[in-house]
This record gives sequence, C-alpha cells and structure tokens, in this order.
Amino acid sequence: MEKQYTFTGHLNVKNLACWRNDQVLFEDLNLSLSPGNVLFLQGENGSGKTSLLRILCGFRLSDEGDIYWDNQSTSSLPEYFQNISFVGHKNGIKDELTVEENLNLMRSMATASDIKTHDVLKQIGLFKRADVLSRLLSAGQKRKLALARLMMTNNSFWILDEPFTSLDKESVGFFESLIKQHINRGGMLILTSHHDIDLSGLSVNHFSISK
Amino acid sequence: MFDAWLQLLKRDLLIAFRRRSEIVHPLIFFVMVVSLFPLAIGDDKVLLQKIAPAIIWVTALLATMLSLDNLFRSDFEDGSLEQMTLLKSSLSLLVTAKITAHWLITGLPLILITPLLAVLLYVPSDTTMMLLLTLLLGTPTLSLIGAVGIALTVALRQGGVILSLLILPLYIPVLIFATLALQNTAQGFSAEAQLAMMLAILVLAITLAPFAIAAALKVSLN
Repeated sequence: MEKQYTFTGHLNVKNLACWRNDQVLFEDLNLSLSPGNVLFLQGENGSGKTSLLRILCGFRLSDEGDIYWDNQSTSSLPEYFQNISFVGHKNGIKDELTVEENLNLMRSMATASDIKTHDVLKQIGLFKRADVLSRLLSAGQKRKLALARLMMTNNSFWILDEPFTSLDKESVGFFESLIKQHINRGGMLILTSHHDIDLSGLSVNHFSISK
Repeated sequence: MFDAWLQLLKRDLLIAFRRRSEIVHPLIFFVMVVSLFPLAIGDDKVLLQKIAPAIIWVTALLATMLSLDNLFRSDFEDGSLEQMTLLKSSLSLLVTAKITAHWLITGLPLILITPLLAVLLYVPSDTTMMLLLTLLLGTPTLSLIGAVGIALTVALRQGGVILSLLILPLYIPVLIFATLALQNTAQGFSAEAQLAMMLAILVLAITLAPFAIAAALKVSLN
C-alpha cells in the first residue's frame, strides 16, 4: 500500500461562467470532485475545456461563479494552488537546461516527493539522456519530461490537459499506471484527452461541457 | 522559501550563460553607440567632456531597454510562468530573483565597462567615480521599472512599441537626477542631494515594483 496524501479536500465548482470575445463558452457550470476520484472532461474543440482547467489553476479569472475547496473559496486559499500539479499544452520545461536540471528544478521549487531523480529518469526512459539539453529532445521525450513533474512533487490534485499528446504506447501505459497509483493514494485528477485512456478499476466521472 | 528564490536565480544565470548572445548583445550595443560619439564629434575634448555623462547615461538607458525584452518572454512562452504561479513562494518574491539575475547579467557588465568608455570621452576621474555611482544606483531602478512594462506587454504580439511608450517616461526622473549629479560633480559642487533622491527612487522601486510585476504577469496570463 502506498503512502496516502496528507493534504486533500473536496473540490466544488459553483455556477462557473467563462466568456471569450463576448461569447459564452460555458455558463452555470457545477461540478464536484472528491479524493480518490477522476473527472474526465469531454467536449468538442473550442468548447472551453482548456479554459475551465486554466480557471481551476488560477491562471484565468472566472467571469462568474467560484471554486470551493472544502467549502472555502479558493480565492483566499493559497494552499489550494500550491497543491496543484498542472501539465498543460505548454511543457513548462526550459530548453537551455539539461533533462536532469529540469527535474531537479521541479523538485526544489515545491513540496518534494521522496523519489530520487535518477529513479524518475529510469522510469520515464530518459536515463541515458540525463545530461542532454532539453532543446535536443524529441516532442514525445519533452512531453515525458513535462509529465515527470507529477512524480517530483507531493501534490494531491493533478490537472492534465491533453497529457498524452505525442507519447508512444509504452509511455502512455506507464503514465496510466502512475495515474492509478495516484488515485489509490487518495489523489484527485481532472483531465481532458482525445486519446483513449485506460482507467479501468478507478472511479471515473465523465463530464461533458456543452453550451 | 528563500531556497526557491536562490534556485530561480541560479537557473536564470545558468540559462544566460548558455545563451551568451543575450548577455553580450546589450553590452556591445552600449560600447558601440558610446564610441560612435567621438567619431562623429571629432577630437573636441571640451565638448566631449561636457556631454560624456549624458551620452553614457542615455545609452545605458537604451541598452537596458534592449535587454529587457527577454526577461519574461521565454518563461511566458514555454509555460514556466504558469508553473511559477503554482509554487509556494509568492510570484512577487520570485520575480525579484529574475530581476536580480537580469541585473547581474546586463546591468553589472555595463557598469564594469564604463571606466573604459569614460577614458575614451576624456571624463576626469572624479566624474567617472560619480558616473559609476549613479549607474550603480540607477540601473537596478531601470530594470525594476522596465520589468513592470515587460510584464504588462509580454502577452502582446507587438509589445515593443507600447513598451517604449510605457516605460521611457518613467525612466526620465532617474535620468534627470543622474545627469544633475554628474553636472554638479563636474562643476565642483556636492551631488549628495541627487544621489539621495536616486537611492529613494531605488528603494521605492524595490518595495513596490515586485507587486506590480506579479499583478501584471497574472493579467498577462489571463
């Protein structure tokens, strides 16, 4: 049995609305998520999935409504944001740093997990490229490095936006097992994906954004 | 908390070291433009001596603006900025690490090369000392004020024009006090009042700018 997360809580989103260029992306959006659960966001291109995730991360302000963590508004709760591990369309890695330097940086700036950088490198299959500048990696390898962020910290709330773009089958399998491990430890996950993801055995709620 | 600050400083210095052109470009600009003046004016020692402080200060100001463009751009484009907002340390603290790194990379070399340029322009040694002092007090202020402008315009595709309009007027007080201090020194008067004002502006910028920068960056992300 893996060690359970110490910082968890219930997420509630109430009456959320988001407009873009005077057009309504979504309105009156309500959703909730508890520890040990996955929320799978679905919706066509441009339906506002990414915008919703960015609002949850605090990068974007909602036009209406609020987000609550254990019934407390997140706008006055920095702990909520510090507990988020986010992997979005942008990888958030520095091209001029080596693979290993990038990993160590992810660790040193947050609540670090116990796992060793070398073990992470082995698990994501970049051990032999540890000293290579990230600029020289392939798109898939960069994506793996970005997703390795999830392993470097002890955050219990993961938000993933199309996490498996340009990953090979083997890596997808590895990160699927990582997600399962995360959920079994009492973690929470919200993700969007146009790839088929095998999350069998987990409690997955599907949520569809539509106008 | 301070650990994250140091790590970020180290990261930015390392990246700058691996992308050396970024350090060298503003410095070359500074040296080239300043050395163009003796060529254009000719060997008029008195005139050069008189306008040298103004030449060096205006060029330093432009070189700082030139170097600022990349302060947040790469972090904005590769998603590092988003990740930074999710960290334990507040964004306003982290940006001070970035600006410190930026000043060490661009401001400090500028100051170090100035004595050489002062010789080129026949600046007497006591004025050179004052020149160094004003640059030491002034360039961090320029970096801090410029960073606010950069943070506001980083999301715009053609932010360059707006940036100059936005921050050049704010640079004027620093320029006025610095050149006044230098004039006073050249005429044998004390420049303490001007230096005190420059120090006051610097302290004000250090205390207020980080919050303005963090807020502006959040607006840009939005």
